[in-house]
Amino acid sequence: MSETFLSIQGVRKAFGQTTVVKDFNLEVARGEFVSFLGPSGCGKTTMLRMVAGFEEPTAGRIMIGGKDVTNLKPNQRNIGMVFQAYALFPNLTVSQNIGFGLKVAGASKAEITDRVKEMLSIIKLEGFGDRYPYQLSGGQQQRVALARALAPKPKILLLDEPLSALDAKVRISLREEIRAIQKKLDITTIFVTHDQEEALSMSDRIVVMYDGKAEQVGTPFEIYNRPSTKFVANFVGTLNVLDGTVVDPATATVRINDRDISLKKGQLNGAKAGDVLSLALRPEAIVLGKQDGRDTNLGGQISDVSFLGSVIRVRVGLGKNAVSLDTFNSPASPPPVVGERTEISFSSDDLLVLH
Amino acid sequence: MKPSRFWAWLTFALGAAYFFIPLIATFEFSLRMRRGEYSFDAYRVVFGDVRFQETFAYSTIIACFTIVIGVLLVVPTAYWIRLRMPQIRPVVEFITLLPLIIPAIVIVFGYIRMYGSNSPLPFLATTRGTDVLLMIGYATLALPYMYRAVDTGLRTIDVRTLTEAAQVHGAGWTTIIVRIILPNVLIAVLSGAFLTFAIVIGEFTMASLLNRPAFGPYLQNIGANRAYEPAALAVISFAITWGCMSVIQVLARFAPKSANNPN
Ligand SMILES: Nc1ncnc2c1ncn2[C@@H]1O[C@H](COP(=O)(O)OP(=O)(O)OP(=O)(O)O)[C@@H](O)[C@H]1O
Ligand SMILES: [Mg+2]
Repeated sequence: MSETFLSIQGVRKAFGQTTVVKDFNLEVARGEFVSFLGPSGCGKTTMLRMVAGFEEPTAGRIMIGGKDVTNLKPNQRNIGMVFQAYALFPNLTVSQNIGFGLKVAGASKAEITDRVKEMLSIIKLEGFGDRYPYQLSGGQQQRVALARALAPKPKILLLDEPLSALDAKVRISLREEIRAIQKKLDITTIFVTHDQEEALSMSDRIVVMYDGKAEQVGTPFEIYNRPSTKFVANFVGTLNVLDGTVVDPATATVRINDRDISLKKGQLNGAKAGDVLSLALRPEAIVLGKQDGRDTNLGGQISDVSFLGSVIRVRVGLGKNAVSLDTFNSPASPPPVVGERTEISFSSDDLLVLH
Repeated sequence: MKPSRFWAWLTFALGAAYFFIPLIATFEFSLRMRRGEYSFDAYRVVFGDVRFQETFAYSTIIACFTIVIGVLLVVPTAYWIRLRMPQIRPVVEFITLLPLIIPAIVIVFGYIRMYGSNSPLPFLATTRGTDVLLMIGYATLALPYMYRAVDTGLRTIDVRTLTEAAQVHGAGWTTIIVRIILPNVLIAVLSGAFLTFAIVIGEFTMASLLNRPAFGPYLQNIGANRAYEPAALAVISFAITWGCMSVIQVLARFAPKSANNPN
């Protein structure tokens, strides 16, 4: 990783008795796009607002570009921010909104005009400069908000669920656009979301948050394929969790239903014989029926079938465990039927022990 | 016509009659100064009266300053309460209602006792001082209307997010209030201002007891001593008040459309 630009060191935030953010540490490199991903109420907004300066950390430090900003006011930090509710100034035109930060900073008229024009072309809203916010669609308003945040060339861009008020199509096109602009301007960005797909598709790295803590920090690939805790595994993607009893710690053998399976070495973390472990398995690691190259199979019964278009999601009951898996929809073969006995197979290497 | 419609119209007609008949009668009476024919003589006399011009000008100026005091007092207060102390809003609402409950005469007697020439704050020692005190008194009387108008205006915008958006882009408090908050509640502020104007123009008690040459005491004086002119003045006063109200209505159409409530 290149040099650290934003550094959050041991930050804690309490409102009265309740601690909302606990011992949060994060180093963000210059130009990096980092997402805070987590369920509602886990403290994402609060952490972001501390970076912006709207909330003061109860403990810890926040450094931007090597400078301690923990005690600076929001208007002294040179930060760009996009809010969920757009928050464009209704009394100002699009151009005036975009130029607001520059004007406050005392930039010259010519400078403002040039920059506003440049930003309008970046967000592809040339010709909308004289409109008022109420004359724009939600997606357009949010692009203007992005331009307003970026116009003064802030050190860091903060986005708090900027897409959640938009409908699905706009959301997807705008997230691609945001990512493209971010890359083009090479601006260090923190993006708050509770949508895992958004986080996975946009980020360089993701911070999965739970109950005020950073559960795991990693690239989308790491987060998705190697979740380090049960929470992360559950929250990111649709995960199957199977209960397995340790049979022999020495050979890393566990028993699922009545089958003994050898796990990859070094995963047991000192568990003893008889311990019950949670074993994670992604839907895409499982196939219906027997297949070459997959060393493990278990018998079960189909308990649910949902047709999702190109794929069919099948739920299979396996005694007290149950798994979901996806099969491709093929017009040639009939879909699985609820109640049918079946067999699933997977590779034991794909089983991941959760802690 | 459906029966419900009929009753609605009847009620409306009764209300309108109750409101308009005295007004029409007053107007008709004000036209009868010249014996045997209708004329605007009473109005000519009123408008030609130097004291009318002087008192009206005085009250207009006082009203303008009162509006300024009211705006400077109410806009930041209402804004701050919405932003930082929403829990004390009921208390402030109650306080702003007090001028409707406490009679003006009580307030003005309080002033006379508090701010006499021997007091630490001798407003009443000079004419200018008395004028200032009168404006402050009027600002108090107008407080219930001004506060409500501004507060309602603030409700239509997302005060907190707009403030934060302005802050994060570098704005300080003055910039936020002057460039963002005030323009967005301008229509509300103006309606508060016109209500204030209407109140100040007709106010009698305070001006009279503080012995200032305002329009209210003049109205009263004429009313007690003349026949036709008071009727003309009543119609004029009504026209002024009604004019203020109409301006508020017209302004309301220009209220900025809020784009900040996506829901
Ligand atoms: N000013 C405050 N005073 C007291 N508690 C607060 C305050 N702000 C936030 N909280 C609490 O802190 C917790 C975290 O809130 P936060 O807004 O950071 O969550 P979030 O992760 O952004 O959730 P969401 O996805 O719903 O936006 C919540 O339980 C919330 O009730
Ligand atoms: Mg939030």
